[in-house]
Amino acid sequence: MRIFSDLGDPQTVNRARDETWRRTLWSNLADAGLTLAWVPDTLGGAGADLADGFEVIGISGRYASPVPVAETLLAGWLLSRARISVPAGMLTVSPFRPRDTLLMSADGKVSGRARGIPFGRETGHVAVLADAPGGARVCLFEAKSCRVGEGKTLAGDPMGDVTFENATPIASAAAPEGLDRSKLMMMGAAIRAVETAGALQTVLRLSTEYANERVAFGKPIGKFQAVQHNLARLAGEASAAMAAAGSAAEAIASIEADPARFDDGIFLEVASARIRSAEAATEGAAIAHQVFGAIGFTKEHILHRFTMRMLSWRDDFGNESRWALDLGNRIAAKGADEFWPTVSAR
Amino acid sequence: MSVSSLSFDPIRLPSQCQDLRKEVRAFLKQEIAAGTYDPTHNKTGEMFSREFSRKVGAKGWIGITWPKKYGGQERTFLERYVITEEFLAHNAPVQAHRTADRQSGPVLIKYASEDIKMDILPRICRGECCFGIGMSEPNSGSDLFAAQTKATKTTGGYLVNGTKVWTTNAHQADYMIALFRTSPPTKENHRHGLTSFLVDMSWKGITINPIHNLTGLHDFNEIVMQDLFVPETHVLGEIDGAWKQATSELAYERSGPERFMETLGVLSELVRVLGEQPDARAAEQLGRLVAQLHTMRRMSISVNGMLQAGKEPVVEAAVVKDVGTIWEQRLPHRAREIAAFIENDDPRNRSAFEEQLAFTTMIAPKLTLQGGTTEVLRGIIARGLGLR
Repeated sequence: MRIFSDLGDPQTVNRARDETWRRTLWSNLADAGLTLAWVPDTLGGAGADLADGFEVIGISGRYASPVPVAETLLAGWLLSRARISVPAGMLTVSPFRPRDTLLMSADGKVSGRARGIPFGRETGHVAVLADAPGGARVCLFEAKSCRVGEGKTLAGDPMGDVTFENATPIASAAAPEGLDRSKLMMMGAAIRAVETAGALQTVLRLSTEYANERVAFGKPIGKFQAVQHNLARLAGEASAAMAAAGSAAEAIASIEADPARFDDGIFLEVASARIRSAEAATEGAAIAHQVFGAIGFTKEHILHRFTMRMLSWRDDFGNESRWALDLGNRIAAKGADEFWPTVSAR
Repeated sequence: MSVSSLSFDPIRLPSQCQDLRKEVRAFLKQEIAAGTYDPTHNKTGEMFSREFSRKVGAKGWIGITWPKKYGGQERTFLERYVITEEFLAHNAPVQAHRTADRQSGPVLIKYASEDIKMDILPRICRGECCFGIGMSEPNSGSDLFAAQTKATKTTGGYLVNGTKVWTTNAHQADYMIALFRTSPPTKENHRHGLTSFLVDMSWKGITINPIHNLTGLHDFNEIVMQDLFVPETHVLGEIDGAWKQATSELAYERSGPERFMETLGVLSELVRVLGEQPDARAAEQLGRLVAQLHTMRRMSISVNGMLQAGKEPVVEAAVVKDVGTIWEQRLPHRAREIAAFIENDDPRNRSAFEEQLAFTTMIAPKLTLQGGTTEVLRGIIARGLGLR
């Protein structure tokens, strides 16, 4: 928390003219072992437990951190599941979308395109989950061995399509039992939910503080009932995101994120966290911008750092509509008599 | 209070809760099979069954968190949560004991004399005692502290004159906990001057007039009190200081599963009518509803866990009720939209769905009114955020 508040304060970041602060923030986080929290020390990481890693992600969300903390944690998790040593530095992951397929040929080379990969142009390495003839494989690539497209997220973070053309990984191993693309999407979706809940907490705090300071019509706007009720709704959205994301993170931690133990209950937790936190991001961002008025719509104000990131996160690892479709289909397939037993099992 | 103090810890129902859930389910299944009640009934009138409440009492499931010496089981709020939730999910007729179990009993435990506690609480636990709540009046609803019904001091007690309204089950209740004015409000504190009393509904001076709600059913009532004598022994808590006692009671009332499950029957019937392979539009909308329901359960369980830990999550409870009641109110309308294009479904499933839809659509307007309106709740949340 200290590192973020000292080095990643949104106001400082927003005013900065160059990117020096990002390198400093990153190296401090990395030196503290936070970015490789989910990598055992034997594979080059900090060997912290899952709950600690989710906490780092939540704090990173609260600061809407513009460095790939979550991406690096996820990459570390994926690589270490296959016992691949994890390199230092910023990492990202492919694929980021449920329908994107990367194929490994019999001679161990990978081809395919993964869309919407954040921080691809900045990271040194990419952790990849590929489909191979003998089953899923986890691979590690140098970023320079693939082509990274130009692009930006809504929040201005680098993002682009990553294309592999007969690319050779620097390390590769069979994925452990149960680890397939759907499990990677579940980990990723849970991570984005936790980040979103963090960002919403900050958005709620900033909006409440502003409403107490900003005077219009002779009193702080927070004294107007219409504004109070909007902020109460924002508190409801933030609460829903916190509860759903916190629950999903706890559920994953309770099975030590073992892909073989991701059952229907974990799916319900993760899908719900993903869907509800994305809905909360949509509603919460709208309310916060309404409270701030025109000043919140400016480049110089920090609000967009949070709202645009939350909105951008909705599209990673399957958007909320796709998760809702999957969840709805599963519930329907089980039938009406299993509906309540399924929901109440968690 | 600062924002960071809003918290929803990921509390899990311990294994004894899920065991209890199985036991409750088996009991309900048995009662349905035996014809004690019909889970598809859609009339609130049929939600009142003394026979059923006595059976629940015999199981030890009323007042389950209360001290053993008063008939309770000294079990946890999370166990109580599970019982409440299963009763709601299976449409069990809990009205004869729900208010006493949820609100009235805990108030008595805190503020009543030992004699009263020993007399009444064990009867509540046995499912033999129905309670009503006398708060609203014809000219004071959400503005609770504007209540005018007067309790005038007399020898050995108080003489009460005035009218209470919207009291659910007053016509069947054995007792009522009511707020009466014992002093005028002061300039500094408009909430001053109300006292909480325990009233035996069989006492002289009480007239109960039915109020039929828009579904045509009678569960609301108006209670007219003319020179009703209430003995001193039946004052609950501090004279003129009832406002200090209200907040913690509301945390219990506001955070439970009854604040998002009252229209849930329409969702189960929707799943039935959709069949195993709904179209993408229906499946996606259904998925969102399930995610929202799961989230509210996790919020509510979290608040109950905090209550168990002795905290007073008043703001969190208000959030649960605000989010929950808005959701359950919209649910029938969303179910109707989701079902819009279903064809060739089983006519029996269709009629069960439509019956649920009609009933839940009709009761929906009350959900954001009862136990604190949306406007009042949002005011409480705003105060918690530091805006008031």
